[in-house]
Amino acid sequence: MKIVIMGCGRVGAQLAGLLDAEGHAVTVLDIDSYSFRRLPPEFNGTALIGSGADEETLKKAGIEEADIFVALTQGDNRNVMAAQIAKHIFNVPRVVCRIYDPLRQELYNTLGLEAISPTTVFVRILKEKLES
Amino acid sequence: MYIIVVGGGRVGYYLTKALLDEGHEVLVVEKSAIVCESFTDLLGSICFRGDGCEAATLAEVGTARADMLIAVTGDDEDNLVACQVAKHKFNVPRTIARLRNPQRENLFKKLGVDVTVSSTNIILEHIEEEVPTHPLTHLLEIRDKGLEIVEVKIPPDSTTVGKPVKELSLPPGSILSLIIRKERKPIVPTANTIIQAEDQIIAVTKPESEETLRITLRGA
Repeated sequence: MKIVIMGCGRVGAQLAGLLDAEGHAVTVLDIDSYSFRRLPPEFNGTALIGSGADEETLKKAGIEEADIFVALTQGDNRNVMAAQIAKHIFNVPRVVCRIYDPLRQELYNTLGLEAISPTTVFVRILKEKLES
Repeated sequence: MYIIVVGGGRVGYYLTKALLDEGHEVLVVEKSAIVCESFTDLLGSICFRGDGCEAATLAEVGTARADMLIAVTGDDEDNLVACQVAKHKFNVPRTIARLRNPQRENLFKKLGVDVTVSSTNIILEHIEEEVPTHPLTHLLEIRDKGLEIVEVKIPPDSTTVGKPVKELSLPPGSILSLIIRKERKPIVPTANTIIQAEDQIIAVTKPESEETLRITLRGA
């Protein structure tokens, strides 16, 4: 599958490495080339400098043929905007984005965006751990 | 009207001032404590410190009863999210977003922002007006109707000079509304009006017909 990942932080880079190792065609976007140091040395995909909130950059990243788009930058709003561009302008079949703010995540879930809040997920895990 | 302004920068400040002068109830949502303080000093206690993209903040300032939310931060992403939260969570009837990148106009409209204002486009239009040789100037966009009002200047060497309006084959949907002559006399053109050198023609057209209209009026 063709996968475009926006944001090459710890999560983005690790996800890109895993999916690439499984044989998917992965393109990672980041506005800072220094972020690409996090990619594993055996990474065979494409690393592209640019913002995922920019339609031209997304086209260069091959968004038009992508099966999956994942937005993983530090900015909730940036992720929200890029994910909506991927979903509504480029009609990417599967779009997932990270939204730290749980309230915002809930809202965008109801608006049809597949959003995950690491805050909520981590709190749940922590609580389970503490209770066991 | 109760109007919420998100972002207390320069645009936010002058906008708030103008809205207050018109007698509206205005509340500014701004992240920075220092900016909030200066608002309070200058305009009274109308500034709420908080993130205007957060549903919790917007709930606190009574967004559910707001008639309008205007997002004028310097970030397109933030303005989009503030408008979407206002629209979809609090059913605010009208949302307006400031845009830096004019290419995002369509996206914002598609995502439920009622009106976008692109500062980049406005600056470009004003500069265009001031460039005397520019063949076609955008004067006004008629929102949601897909129409615009433009001005075309007729140079003396234009092949259409001396021809009556009826001989020009205007692109569909385009209408000549007004001709301003050298002596500053405005006339409403009829089919028999003769195009003269130095005429300024004000026309209504569709954005996609702009080029055709320009060629029709000035000759190729």
